[in-house]
Amino acid sequence: MGSHGIKDRVAIIAMGCTPFREHWDKSLDDLIIDAAGLTFESAGLTKEDVDAYWFGTSQSAASGLALSIPLKLEGKPVTRVENYCATGSEALRQACYAVASGAYDMAMAIGAEKVKDGGFQGLNAFAIPHDGTKRSLTAAGMYSLILPAYSKRYGVDEDQLRLVLAKIAEKNHYNGARNPLAQFRRETSAETICNMAAVAGRLSVFDCAGVADGAAAAIVVRAEDAHKYCNDPLFIKALAFVSGDGSGVTDPDFDFTTLPECKMAADEAYHQAGVTNPRSEIAMAEVHDCFTPTELLLMEDLGFAEPGTAWKEVLDGTFDLDGELPVNPDGGLKAFGHPVGASGLRMHYELWLQLRAKAPDDRQIDFSGRDKKLGLVHNLGGYPGEMVGFVSILGTEVD
Amino acid sequence: MRGITSYAGYIPFRRLDRSEIFDSMGSGGGHGQRSVASFDEDTTTMAVEAARLALATTDEIVNTLLFSTTTPTYLDRTNATAIHAALGLAGESAAIDMLGSQRSAVGALQVALEGSTTTLVVAADIRTGLPTSSDESAGGDGASAMVVGSGDGVIAEYLGGATATGEFVDRWRSPGETRSKLWEEKFGEHVYSDLAQRAWANALAVTELSPGDITIAALTGLHTRAIRRGAKSLAINSLVDDLQANIGNSGAAHPGILLAAMLDNASPGDVLGLVIYADGVQVLFFRATEALEAFEPKQCIASQVAAKGSVSYSKFLSWRGNLKVEPPRRPEPDRPSSSAAYRNRDWKFGFSASRDSAGVLHMPPARVSTTGGDEQMAAVPMANAVGTIATFTIDKLVYSPSPPVVFGVIDFDDGGRLPMEITDVDPDDVAIGDRVEPTFRRLYDGDGIANYFWKARPIRG
Repeated sequence: MGSHGIKDRVAIIAMGCTPFREHWDKSLDDLIIDAAGLTFESAGLTKEDVDAYWFGTSQSAASGLALSIPLKLEGKPVTRVENYCATGSEALRQACYAVASGAYDMAMAIGAEKVKDGGFQGLNAFAIPHDGTKRSLTAAGMYSLILPAYSKRYGVDEDQLRLVLAKIAEKNHYNGARNPLAQFRRETSAETICNMAAVAGRLSVFDCAGVADGAAAAIVVRAEDAHKYCNDPLFIKALAFVSGDGSGVTDPDFDFTTLPECKMAADEAYHQAGVTNPRSEIAMAEVHDCFTPTELLLMEDLGFAEPGTAWKEVLDGTFDLDGELPVNPDGGLKAFGHPVGASGLRMHYELWLQLRAKAPDDRQIDFSGRDKKLGLVHNLGGYPGEMVGFVSILGTEVD
Repeated sequence: MRGITSYAGYIPFRRLDRSEIFDSMGSGGGHGQRSVASFDEDTTTMAVEAARLALATTDEIVNTLLFSTTTPTYLDRTNATAIHAALGLAGESAAIDMLGSQRSAVGALQVALEGSTTTLVVAADIRTGLPTSSDESAGGDGASAMVVGSGDGVIAEYLGGATATGEFVDRWRSPGETRSKLWEEKFGEHVYSDLAQRAWANALAVTELSPGDITIAALTGLHTRAIRRGAKSLAINSLVDDLQANIGNSGAAHPGILLAAMLDNASPGDVLGLVIYADGVQVLFFRATEALEAFEPKQCIASQVAAKGSVSYSKFLSWRGNLKVEPPRRPEPDRPSSSAAYRNRDWKFGFSASRDSAGVLHMPPARVSTTGGDEQMAAVPMANAVGTIATFTIDKLVYSPSPPVVFGVIDFDDGGRLPMEITDVDPDDVAIGDRVEPTFRRLYDGDGIANYFWKARPIRG
């Protein structure tokens, strides 16, 4: 018994990502065809070359048919994957395991979400029959519980913390402004964000992820085959996933200042990848900034900052594009937008660009001076105290 | 000896200043305040609250639950079953609605007093009327609960009474209407006057009491003019405050609330009279027993009258459906699953959690323990637990019949945590560390199904 990971056994050889937008003129099928097309094109492959598909969507469709019909796949297996907002990463994880097992030579993970056909703002879960006792609170409401809790635990003034959260949004908007695929491409100052009306606790709409349609995809092969298709593949160092027991919302000892499922997933990923000092060994990270307080806690849960210090690191610019450890250089969920099933793959897409020095010049991270280029993706689904957490680590070289 | 073994009234937290009606509309209104059921209360939930208070002060096992209201949530299905479930009463006990008029509530009490089993008589009303009507301003919302039984536990012995019935159209409402219509008041005054004289005289005769024996009495009913005349003509020593100035007339619930108010202040030996004007006149006499000396109500009427928060006239109108407001642009809730609700009825209605062998409380109750696969879970009733707000938020985005939603993470004193909506509170008045208790509420409706569950409310008084 044990979790062993598949370090350096699988590589990504192609990726593609559509713009994340309110795509009033594109259907789910259009987004799927666009993302798949960009991905095939990036490695000169066709849909026939791929042996098996994993299709992630949270609520836009059901079953593998949602992929095989628009792509007109013939005789290929397609697995539909759903794991809340970590759906896209889960699709990639399953595709990697399929290749690592030897079952298939080449697999595609594709995630897509069409959220803007619902007629309501925000994300809305479809109805599963229930007994009527489930809590009614928006995701923004649940994540807004973090602010007073963090303030109380670490003695940080709530107004100060409000500014810290605005700085996180400001950074992600700054990065998104340099990303042609991002939903929001305008810089916004922390001061402006601080002055906006609160919608949940002290959070304003600018503390919330953008809601967009979009799709992203990756093709994976065994590591030893990677250079047949690609000069500069990305190697999977770690894939970790933790599904929580929900005790956070029922356990009085939980204080809403940490996301334990994410911390456990990170610890597992570091173990798989052989990372002992995340702050110095991770060169960049894409994290699940569904709300600004989420990114704050993640800096501590991922080991980038000591507990109770992330707020200072944010103010110091540690996680800025030109900082010591850039976080969400593509704008994150905040500015890139959050088509649920696509977001996990979108995060990996930014590593695909950055670690291979293919990002646009005005947001390409300078990795000079680093002996290893490791990137981390963190993706979650659910709420504080009741969530699924995913962490992957990717690198440009095999150890 | 047969009579009342425990009792309680329930007065909702909100009050409307009657002057606000006139200020808004240029007519209607009046002096004082009326009680207002919150947007998440109905006659079923208020009946639960009154019954919980009454059952807290008795060990009697209830055989029969009788529920009366003029404003039931459902027709063609029983409302009392939800009350029965929320109280955690035994499946062998009956739950029966006696619906329709104020008279139904009086009748339920009479049936219980003249019966032989332990009967919980609950009544609740939400008094409605069109804006500026006298029913709107004179009405109040509330509930009452009387536990009727026999033996040494009786605190108010039923001495007997009399009825005078008459058929006359004085107030009327067709099913589905939100307002009642009224005949010229002098006609009702005339008919009631005769009915009251006969019932009063007969009641004195059968109980062998003289007017001077009556320590205090309550005259109540929806016909204000007839009651005012009765108060003068029946030669009663002392009349209890009818609470018109502070909460208004709560219809079916009001006789019980006034009886509770009399019992709150009664001494052993006192004789209490209850005279109800409702399509006839009913007179009931009680004598406070020695057992009343040791009886301590969980919450007396006076303390509930005093514990209050205001509601604006426009909010009041929107809560009662007389003013439609734009809902948040979120999907409306889907109806709760009837079968899922039935399976989980101990949790949904009874608020029963589970505790594992390590002592860890699980809400909702779980089959598998978070502390290690323990399936020997014991049921733990949480409805009377008290807790503290660990943290909270104000959610302006989520769907609610009355936004914004105040939502807290509640840690209960003897273990257990549950994120719960906090009700009967203004957003600016909530703080971490505030003490709260569970309250049974109607969360929302879906497809006409009232979705009941528990919220938290501040502990007051």
